[in-house]
Amino acid sequence: MRRFADFLILLAVLVAMIWLFGLLRDTFWSVTTLGNIANRIPALALVATGMTVVMITGGIDLSVGSVLGLCGAAVGVMMADWQWGLPLALVGSIVVGTAIGGTTGAVSVKLRLPSFIVSLGMLEMARGLSFLVTDSQTKYIGAAVETLGAPFGGLVISPAFVISLLVVIAGQVVLSHMAVGRHWIAIGANREAALVSGVPVDRPRILAHALLGSLTGLAAVFNCSRLGSADPNAGVGFELSAIAAVVVGGTSLMGGRGSIVKSFMGVLIIATLEAGLVQIGASEPMKRVVTGAVIVAAVLADSWRRK
Amino acid sequence: MKKLILLAACLLAACKPADPSNASGKPKVALVMKSLANEFFQTMAEGAKKHQAAHASDYDLVVNGIKNETDLAEQVGLVEQMVAQGVQAIVIAPADSKALVTVLKRAKDAGVLVINIDNQLDADTLKQAGLAVPFVGPDNRAGAKAVGEVLAKKLKAGDEVAIIEGVTTAFNAQQRKTGFEDAMNAAGMKIVSSQSGQWEMEKANGVAAGILAANPNVKALLCANDNMALGAAAAVQAAGKAGQIQIVGFDNIAALKPLLADGRVLATADQHGDQLAVFGIEAALKALKDKTSPADQQTPVDVVTK
Repeated sequence: MRRFADFLILLAVLVAMIWLFGLLRDTFWSVTTLGNIANRIPALALVATGMTVVMITGGIDLSVGSVLGLCGAAVGVMMADWQWGLPLALVGSIVVGTAIGGTTGAVSVKLRLPSFIVSLGMLEMARGLSFLVTDSQTKYIGAAVETLGAPFGGLVISPAFVISLLVVIAGQVVLSHMAVGRHWIAIGANREAALVSGVPVDRPRILAHALLGSLTGLAAVFNCSRLGSADPNAGVGFELSAIAAVVVGGTSLMGGRGSIVKSFMGVLIIATLEAGLVQIGASEPMKRVVTGAVIVAAVLADSWRRK
Repeated sequence: MKKLILLAACLLAACKPADPSNASGKPKVALVMKSLANEFFQTMAEGAKKHQAAHASDYDLVVNGIKNETDLAEQVGLVEQMVAQGVQAIVIAPADSKALVTVLKRAKDAGVLVINIDNQLDADTLKQAGLAVPFVGPDNRAGAKAVGEVLAKKLKAGDEVAIIEGVTTAFNAQQRKTGFEDAMNAAGMKIVSSQSGQWEMEKANGVAAGILAANPNVKALLCANDNMALGAAAAVQAAGKAGQIQIVGFDNIAALKPLLADGRVLATADQHGDQLAVFGIEAALKALKDKTSPADQQTPVDVVTK
């Protein structure tokens, strides 16, 4: 019941924001705007889903922005240079993402290093690789990649949005109702206690990082499909948006507590804020000040509720 | 290993006072760039390396770049290292038009010739520092105006247009914005929105989508670089307005070619990126040879429509 109340508060914040932007700009309350927001968020929603899991286990992954760039670069090379089809490139991107996420997880868990540092190193390596494989050039892919990001079936939403929504729901089911989900929470809440009660502590954590990597790979394909191109610079600072969305959704930075559906609400709040600020024509400095303030306010509200 | 040796060499060189008068007679020119990860600067550096390979007997070239376009401290460090290495000339694309002035003054005081390319150093700051640095590069404002004029021919007076700016603190971003405004105001267009896409495709895509939703009558998007034009083109397509909204860019990158070909992007400006560093190097070599201080020099910017 308590959890549902948290969800309602996030929903109220979202509705209030949409209402406020609508007052400031009458074009904001439109199907077009909602479609824009819906089609802009799949990448962030996927990465926030994976990030929620990693943060619940008490870890963090700072490399996701670079991995998004690298997987996108791989998609660009596979589709623009090698002329592979979308399904193959999709698999390729997910494989690259999983391999990198899995490596970050394995190195951090098996060698007992903080995931903060390992992923910081990975942030540099993945970005460097992204420039290497593309020779630092933006790759134009075109129609072959665009189907996933474009509205379909006469609707305003894209297949990418629908898929990301399904991933969020599936993720929440795994987290709340499956053994591995309970393990993640137990490990994040108290690793020692989890260990003595017979919960495996290494494998689930590596799995969480690999899962985040694979979702980042999928996110990269969605990103490319929306833009029709692959940009090796894509995703700079993306890790911060993902962490912000997860934290706004009430997941603890200390681990042991969190919800994927609420992270998705965090994604919606951040994306709505971004879209609204563009539409009211806010200046770049004001956009950043307001976005930062909203993040802090949301976390503050969450911490007060818990006291 | 190579890097280690280089580092050791740098450290050794730093211990000795710089000796600008090279004994071997062949001048050593340092090219200090912004991010070599950026396609534009990469092209610039490649052009310079090719030029040096063709003129290997005339000069030696050291190319350095910073990792992140906003990492000013790293670029300041690079200039210091180049001075310590005893180069005769530094050709620099400053990451900031003010923050690099102090270290360039030190370089010049140490007897190194300094040539400014790409992003022009701030005139007031130079004056305050009592430094004169010749700028060899394109006029971004004139280039943007020329692109805007091509666009204006496709529109009629009173049409609504929007500008997607680069990083607002960058001088070339400001110049391109002003150039776009010059052309639009002269043709009587109405600029309904002007927002930053931070030079990035994804950011520009979001900004363009927002502008299109908020201003249904917008007829054109003027983007301060081609990456943002790609993002804007995707937003126009997603809004179902393909063919109804004109887009222009700046830089003429390879990825834009297909969009220019089928008309999704109307025009872009080519400032001959591969030659930009070369122009600076040639100015430096000429000045070293003649023992003169070169004047500002404008390099060509062409409008490209296919």
